Amino acid sequence: MPTKEEVFDKVKDSLIEALGLDDDEVTPDATMVGDLGAESIDFLDIVFRLEKAFGIEIPRKELFPEDILTNAEFVEGGKVTETGLNEIKTRMPFIDLSKFEEDPVVQDFGNLLTVSDLCRYISGKVGAAD
Amino acid sequence: MRWFWIDRFVEFESGHRAVAVKNVTLAEEHVLDYLQGYPILPPSLIVEGLAQTGGLLVSQHGDFLERVVLAKVSKVSFQQPARPGDTLRYTATIEDLQQDGAIVRGTSHIGETLQAELQLVFAHLDDRFQGVDQFYPADFLQMIRTFGLLDVGRNADGSPLTIPRHLLEAEALANGEDRS
Repeated sequence: MPTKEEVFDKVKDSLIEALGLDDDEVTPDATMVGDLGAESIDFLDIVFRLEKAFGIEIPRKELFPEDILTNAEFVEGGKVTETGLNEIKTRMPFIDLSKFEEDPVVQDFGNLLTVSDLCRYISGKVGAAD
Repeated sequence: MRWFWIDRFVEFESGHRAVAVKNVTLAEEHVLDYLQGYPILPPSLIVEGLAQTGGLLVSQHGDFLERVVLAKVSKVSFQQPARPGDTLRYTATIEDLQQDGAIVRGTSHIGETLQAELQLVFAHLDDRFQGVDQFYPADFLQMIRTFGLLDVGRNADGSPLTIPRHLLEAEALANGEDRS
């Protein structure tokens, strides 16, 4: 069972490889899109690398809730509804939604995910120890 | 203009590795015109040649039913230019193959010398693109025959590749034959 530090190191390596980053750019607080410059297609690359690095399967919906964000049941006037937010929280308990909840504009969701969110998700998958 | 950036497959092992060759010649306008007075094969076309080698390798593994697109060039480096008279040997190796895409490593050699290397990400277009064909199937079959893919193609167990039924049926239809 890897430690959380080992998880971070492997996630970091995967991001450096996939996004062509320098070592010091990958910090826990960095957002994937805004800070690290990940584009939509990069996420496919990142997921491939994480699956290989950790020997796990990552169901795409667990990291990219497109089906929620494009569902009229969960979105109203370009914003995620209360029900939608609850749906996201259930599916993505590793992500901090507190700021997003203040003004849940769908377009802003893409820039929420941080490196530490990703590490929390992976730690949950592999049962990482402190 | 034909968008063929490999001349022929020389090895093809399903789901694992493909090797194709590309001969560089002054008869190609882009070789002569890319840099005035310094004829080389434009590096972007070497990337494309490796993408065609790797893309067909990925596509064949799914019996050419998936719509495979080059999504990303993760890394690329060129060690030396490809000049007229050079034969580039493109080797594509699958590093990871999944339901929604693949990562392929590619190298280009001139003789024993590494000329370029790269890493590519291919994606399978999903259901949103259902019904959108990248190629006419009969033309596609003609293309892979032209590339010699079926002459050298082998399954993982060493047996020769067979042409998927859906491509043969499309070809028969295009030729006005009744295969029912």
